[in-house]
Amino acid sequence: MEGITTLLFSAVLGATFLAAAAYVVFFINQSKEVRRAARVIFLVSGVLQTLYIVWRYIQAGHTPITSQHEAVVFFAWATTWAYLSFRWRYTVKNFGTFVAINVFALLLISAISPREITPLLPALRSVWLPVHGGVSLIAYGFLSLAFCGGLMYLLLERELKRKRFGYIFERFPSLDSLDQLNNHCLTAGFIFLTLGIVTGSIWARQAWGTYWQWDPKETWSLITWFLYLIQLHQRFTVGWRGKRAAVMAVIGFASVVFTLWGVTYLLGGIHSYAG
Amino acid sequence: MPGEKILLLGVNHKTTPVEIREKIALTNGYQEPLAALKNFSGLREYYLLSTCNRVELLVIAEPEVAVEEEIFNFLFDGRVDREDWRRYLYVFSGQAAIRHLFMVAASLDSMVVGEAQILGQLKEAYRHAAQFGCTGPFLNKLLHKSFSVAKRVRTETAIGSSAVSISYAAVQLAKKIFGNLKGKKVLLVGAGEMAELAAEHLVGQGVGDVVVANRTLARAVDLAKRFRGNAVSIEELVQQLEYVDIIISSTGATEIILNKDQVKSVMRARMNRPLFFIDIAVPRDLDPRLIEIDNVYLYDIDDLSSVVEINKSDRDREAVKAARIVDEETLKFQKWYQGVAVTPTIVALKDKFEDIGRGELDRTLARMPELGEAERKNMEKMLAAIIAKILHDPLTYLKSESCAGRDNSDLKITLVRELFGLSNGDNGR
Repeated sequence: MEGITTLLFSAVLGATFLAAAAYVVFFINQSKEVRRAARVIFLVSGVLQTLYIVWRYIQAGHTPITSQHEAVVFFAWATTWAYLSFRWRYTVKNFGTFVAINVFALLLISAISPREITPLLPALRSVWLPVHGGVSLIAYGFLSLAFCGGLMYLLLERELKRKRFGYIFERFPSLDSLDQLNNHCLTAGFIFLTLGIVTGSIWARQAWGTYWQWDPKETWSLITWFLYLIQLHQRFTVGWRGKRAAVMAVIGFASVVFTLWGVTYLLGGIHSYAG
Repeated sequence: MPGEKILLLGVNHKTTPVEIREKIALTNGYQEPLAALKNFSGLREYYLLSTCNRVELLVIAEPEVAVEEEIFNFLFDGRVDREDWRRYLYVFSGQAAIRHLFMVAASLDSMVVGEAQILGQLKEAYRHAAQFGCTGPFLNKLLHKSFSVAKRVRTETAIGSSAVSISYAAVQLAKKIFGNLKGKKVLLVGAGEMAELAAEHLVGQGVGDVVVANRTLARAVDLAKRFRGNAVSIEELVQQLEYVDIIISSTGATEIILNKDQVKSVMRARMNRPLFFIDIAVPRDLDPRLIEIDNVYLYDIDDLSSVVEINKSDRDREAVKAARIVDEETLKFQKWYQGVAVTPTIVALKDKFEDIGRGELDRTLARMPELGEAERKNMEKMLAAIIAKILHDPLTYLKSESCAGRDNSDLKITLVRELFGLSNGDNGR
């Protein structure tokens, strides 16, 4: 059984690496054939990630988001499918390259974490585990897309302001499409993040008897939530868009990453058993 | 000086601030000034060109009449101070005037070198002058030559493509910023040719609305009509920034017309939607620091040409090539003109000799009635031979190539005419 787990994970890692590599090649030579190949491989990677999560679910008997490895795989999966889901609706030139690299980086992090299946702690035996954990990680998936878009926006914006019309200028999509992408991903991410916090709070009430107890992870989630709230609010009221929105997407994502890892390793707290 | 003189007087965007040019510019079309010039004595042929970047008058005048003063007064009087116009006006005569005309026609004297519209404006101006009977054989020839020079420059150099590619670059950049140009609004500040060209490209890409702001509203209305847009006065510029997305500025004002704080103040009202400025004007219209504002993008001509990878040295090289063609054609025209100028003198000289010979022969023959038909014929032949031999050297001198390319035909004509006591001026023609 463990052999299959390892095999599946290796397949996920391999497919994602190939997808990222193909996207990088496409980014360099802009060949349409390479892009088609990259898209297919990335879709295969998405399917393999799903299979891997389902396999682990069957093996563990609970939703596989309780260890560092599992949570990050789920994060990568959410990012992949968030990307694939809206790719149907509109394409953003060369965005896939950044997303594929992002997903591959996440999977690499998950690869170096202990991969054994651990029995579920009694406190986590609840229907809220998949709901709260899943929703939160899906939020992270969208927010990581916003991060990729924000990064691209900042790179392109810098080139435009410096009046350099070379490599990046040719390959990047328009500022407007990146800004819209940020807007969509931040909105979707924010909704899921809110749901994650609300469900977590309800679960906390059931498990610990209180809705909120200022555990570091809760606090940082709230900080992250406020960062995105400010961004969305400002966009609608005074039109924070473009560069400022992109900077906020990057800062917000840094906060997400800190909530996910920084809190666990630096601050501890009752949430630390989860990813 | 015999023959005639060619004079070109004018102001353009390089020498004259826009405020002065506007005072001189013809606001009511060509009819009125062309009619006014008819009353000037001493003008044989003339034509007048007026665009938003230049006003130029080309005249073929009687050599003895000092028409310059009159023309200065016509152009400037009551509108510009006397001391001022001496500073702004350029006057070319002879070969330099021809060369300047060719430079203008070939779009080498334009704000955006290589833009094609100037040739159309030149043809338009010529059509008016011709209809009004202001042009004659000389100007007809000269202006048609200028059209063919322009065409030659366009086909033999890449100078025209750079203006087109600059508009193309503007579209590329706009797309990089806005994605889709549908529904975007463009504001033309100043009604320059290049701005028009760029606006045409943008409209071709789906830009919805065109607004034109100009110091003289009439010109703005004209241009706006072409794009089915609105005209606004230049004072409304800052307010307009709230509604438009792309601004193409080409006023040729000497000062900056839009500074950083003015633009910054509208960004909030715009909800930070991006603003894309293109500064075509030389000197600049827009504060270069605009680019420091978030969501504001500002580019000038040089930036735009680097988008399409025609760098400045390429453009300069093409301009040098084009200037060489202009020089070549100027020389060719000069040669033709010299031929035309020399001919009347040759004819006059021959006429004079033949008149003298015929007169003397008639008198001699009258005193010698005894001569027979054959002897009379012989004497006539001898006379013709003497005239031909005497004329040979002066004619060779007149027709000889000018020394080291310098035009000294005027000098030669003067010398011959004085030496042989030929009457001056137009009776020779």
